[in-house]
Amino acid sequence: MLYQATIPILSILIFTPLIGALIMLFSATHSIKFHRFFSLTISIIAFLISVGILPFLKDLGTFNLEEIYTWLPQIGASYHLGIDGISLWLVLLTTFLFPITILYSFGSVHFREKEYYILLLITETALLGTFLALDLVLFFFFWEGVLIPMYLLIGIWGSGKRIYAAMKFVLFTVVGSLFMLVGIIGIFVYSNQFGPSTFDFVKLRNIPIPLELQTWLFLAFTLGFAIKVPTFPVHTWLPDAHTEAPTAGSVILAGVLLKMGAYGLLRFSVGLFPAAAIKFSPSLMALGVVGIIYAGIICAVQTDLKRLVAYSSIAHMGFIVLGIFSMNSIAQSGAVIQMVNHGLSTGALFLLVGMLYDRRHTREIAEFGGLAIPMPVFYNFFLVVMLSSIGLPALNGFIGEFLILLGAFQVNYYLAGVGTFGVILSAVYFLYNFRRVFHGECYSSENRLLKDLNLREILALAPIVLMIFLIGLYPRPFLKRTEPSINEVVMRVNRAGAILYLSPTERAQKEDVSKLINLNLTENLVK
Amino acid sequence: MSYIHLAIVWPLVGASVNGLFGKWLPKKLASFIACFSVLLSFLASFLALVMYLMGIGALGPSGQYIYTLYSWINVSGFTSDFGFLVDPLSLLMANTVSFVSFLIHVYSIGYMEKDEGFTRYFTYLNLFVAMMMLLVTSENLVMMFVGWEGVGLCSYLLIGFWYRNKAPQRAGVKAFVVNRVGDFAFLLGIFLVYAIFDTVRFSELAKILGTQVSISPYLMTVIALLLFGGAVGKSAQFPLYVWLPDAMEGPTPVSALIHAATMVTAGVYLVARLNFLFTWSQFAMLIVAVIGAFTAIFSASMALVNNDIKRVLAYSTISQLGYMFLSAGLGAYPVAIFHLFSNAFMKALLFLSSGAVIHALNDELDMRRMGGLAKYMPKTYANYLIGAMAISGIPLLAGFFSKDAILYSAYTSTPLSFPSVGKILWIVGVLTAILTAYYMFRQIYLVFLTPPRFNPSLHPHDPPNVMLVPMWILSLGSVLVGYLGLPVLFTSILGVPNVLMPFLNRVLHSVTVTAHKVGEPISNKELVGEAIVTLVSVISALLGLFLAHYFYKLRYGITEKLKRIFKEPYLTLLNKYYVDEFYNGLFVVNGKRFADFLDAEVDRGVVDGFANFIAFFIGALGQLLRSLQTGLIRNYAWYICVGAIILIVLLFRGVIT
Repeated sequence: MLYQATIPILSILIFTPLIGALIMLFSATHSIKFHRFFSLTISIIAFLISVGILPFLKDLGTFNLEEIYTWLPQIGASYHLGIDGISLWLVLLTTFLFPITILYSFGSVHFREKEYYILLLITETALLGTFLALDLVLFFFFWEGVLIPMYLLIGIWGSGKRIYAAMKFVLFTVVGSLFMLVGIIGIFVYSNQFGPSTFDFVKLRNIPIPLELQTWLFLAFTLGFAIKVPTFPVHTWLPDAHTEAPTAGSVILAGVLLKMGAYGLLRFSVGLFPAAAIKFSPSLMALGVVGIIYAGIICAVQTDLKRLVAYSSIAHMGFIVLGIFSMNSIAQSGAVIQMVNHGLSTGALFLLVGMLYDRRHTREIAEFGGLAIPMPVFYNFFLVVMLSSIGLPALNGFIGEFLILLGAFQVNYYLAGVGTFGVILSAVYFLYNFRRVFHGECYSSENRLLKDLNLREILALAPIVLMIFLIGLYPRPFLKRTEPSINEVVMRVNRAGAILYLSPTERAQKEDVSKLINLNLTENLVK
Repeated sequence: MSYIHLAIVWPLVGASVNGLFGKWLPKKLASFIACFSVLLSFLASFLALVMYLMGIGALGPSGQYIYTLYSWINVSGFTSDFGFLVDPLSLLMANTVSFVSFLIHVYSIGYMEKDEGFTRYFTYLNLFVAMMMLLVTSENLVMMFVGWEGVGLCSYLLIGFWYRNKAPQRAGVKAFVVNRVGDFAFLLGIFLVYAIFDTVRFSELAKILGTQVSISPYLMTVIALLLFGGAVGKSAQFPLYVWLPDAMEGPTPVSALIHAATMVTAGVYLVARLNFLFTWSQFAMLIVAVIGAFTAIFSASMALVNNDIKRVLAYSTISQLGYMFLSAGLGAYPVAIFHLFSNAFMKALLFLSSGAVIHALNDELDMRRMGGLAKYMPKTYANYLIGAMAISGIPLLAGFFSKDAILYSAYTSTPLSFPSVGKILWIVGVLTAILTAYYMFRQIYLVFLTPPRFNPSLHPHDPPNVMLVPMWILSLGSVLVGYLGLPVLFTSILGVPNVLMPFLNRVLHSVTVTAHKVGEPISNKELVGEAIVTLVSVISALLGLFLAHYFYKLRYGITEKLKRIFKEPYLTLLNKYYVDEFYNGLFVVNGKRFADFLDAEVDRGVVDGFANFIAFFIGALGQLLRSLQTGLIRNYAWYICVGAIILIVLLFRGVIT
């Protein structure tokens, strides 16, 4: 079981930012330049380590580079890390976005900078831990660990109603976490029947759990994750948190934090309780679709740019939930790549809105107009990122949305059909508001005197735009690595589903989706 | 032949260079890069055509050559590669598109000379060519969709090119959103195709559908109509045509290239490309034909009274596209493509000539402030006249042959589901032909021949050669391309073969059309039938021409009187049947209202309200309990007393044992 890793590379990756933060703790408060560049360097090192892992990954159907150490033997919790084709991309997304947000923050954070960068680095450690932990206690430890620095980041460096937003964010998440904790304890107790009780994910996913118990545990876990995603109707913390958070906070929140929920759904809700996941798959697909449509409609009438991006984020996460619970390889591969896409494009949108806010100190759409004239570079960046978010083919967003909808359509063509309507909505709300911000004559003198992006800001955005094109034009390296891991998940789901629900004849029918659709459609049309 | 992708790569290189470094490039160099890259694109397509005709390269069963550049999306069984399909249809499209694009690029150098966004313009235009070439050469539906949305993006960017003004921007957003409505159907169609056939490649689909399939005709109807939905959006057919007239807010060369000659024909191309699929559903075919015919006459009627020089041409475009769908729906795919081909020249010519007029009159669009320009701009007049005659179906010009082919295919077609529909659609087509000739010559008279009404301080003159030469070349095309697809009547008399139809017939399997079949002996009955149809077409074109001549020359001024007499019908036409207002009221106003309701009432009210209520409830409970914690011993003594008494009572009653 124990992987013979000569270097505990995943641990090194996780704790690099934390060690950096510790070093900064003992540095002089006034040396701002040091804090900035040191934290940037640390985050770049973390990125390089995570990229360096890539060549060492073989056969991503199982976990690679595993590390198991005894941690709390009294309760059977161990320090167990591992990486596969699902967590890989979230780890890379995290380490990719942190240097960018830190680089961006140079120009927008002007007080308590030391603490700010320390908190960012702590957040990074906790996030990486969340994605790499394969022990439920360890996972929970990191999961909750994200909360504290994030609470402080929003509460201290946020704007307007930041205390309210930070409190709301924490309370929502904690409520979900509590349910999840109950679920973790539940599965721990149940595992006793199959040997010593354990929190180890790899062991737990092999225990057969009766459907009724699966149902309860699934619901407990899923509630926790659904709040984090967030799924309708537990999403209302997000617009507030995003709007009031400092830009870097929003980028991390949208780019990575929400993925914790989506990752949890795929890894734990589906991975540990496949039979229950099948049972609830139509409802959760429906929730995803409701999110797409509901948030998409609300987007159209937002007056605050950041709130607009926040709601669009909910709509995009709806696609991911739809993909995860379509339970087939195509849709789930789409969901994983969409997690990355959403991190890139929504992250970039928040950066862009932040850059505008730094200059103009407002986010009210009505205050702008004609910005294409004074800020052509900014305009072009915004255009590309927006198009990626709209899901224009040949950019990254399309790959994810298309695969999700294609896969979902094989399972439930009504829900997928309604979800596809989201492509119209995203065009409506983005283009409509894009026009109001950038086009027309630039009347107000405040807008006319706006400075275009500087080199530092361009450097922060360029890597994201590069990735937007790369994934859109050549998604092969991404999909290739995700596929084996997703196939593993789907294989387990199918096995569980077949055992629990279907007779052999039904099984044969279910596999031939085309026949099923054919049958249904024809019947409907005859009516 | 495996380098037709160069036809995409070169314009993409041009767009990248101008897009990234355009700011630092001199205008001349930037425009040279743009034009030269499109020229290379044309040469690549032309080379492929030559090689194809010479029979170089191994061809598939229905005469196609397929190759893959690299694997794009490939997930558990689903494959969509960056692959290309070279066959007569894609070759004809690629050559037409790149050739017309090249001419319009050259024209644009003159037209956009003084514009501040010169390089930005060429960047978008090059990107458009790349996307359009991708659309017509890709070998599967998803890759085609990339080009499909790509040209939509360029259309959006170019319609809204002058972003300082409000109207172009609104028009751009409208175009993109309306197209997305069509694309929504298109996407669903792709999903369904994959769900049922397990592939999105054209060649494999053709193979599956070439044999007997056990799929219900209803399902085939659903698939065909969903895919047609995409075509309706892109090719501006009823009910999604509303974006195209507004698209005229863009620069005129853009209107010529994107919104007349190339992009809007993509829908027709789609239907022709998927002919093997449409053939399986008689009902879907009927819908295609009827929508086409209705759109043709409906939009021609709006062109009758419009005063905007470009909008008349826009409605004319919609109407011509309707013709193409009419014949495609009747199974005469090669005929539809023939009209697409000739229309590309005629429409590009008309728009470029109108651009010359607009330029000469300092961006004047209203025909009521034109007139008498024939004297000032004779060369432009000559070009415009050739275009108008060609599209009106004046004999021996391109439009005459291609439109006649359409009308003849309608006249002879007897679809199984509804045999008489062919004759009905033929009548609609003939009526539309009268309207076409009328509105085109109304335009000729209003712009060139009636007494001048423009500002006398302007001195309109013919455009420089950089604009004029492309116009002449297109004029030549508008005269000559018809001879590639001569009808039986002419081939039998002149002894000249019809070269286009056999070429296209290799991939486009006509269903109902009997005309233009090669090698078959031609019966006298057929000849007479064709002669009658041709005669009717000629008469209707001349009738339209005469009506325009009567109203605007013989009885000049009478139209004012007619407007007063037929006030209601006139206003209805002038206001485009109030369709825009209807859509606005139904979708935009209600949509906004609903969105406001969801945002304010549901999201902030109910959903967030509930969450806040829980928080408030727990808080209130805490407040209540807190008031018990007074810190005064006498209060606590009381609680203990009361508690003890309650306990004793419960004990004695046996509740607690």
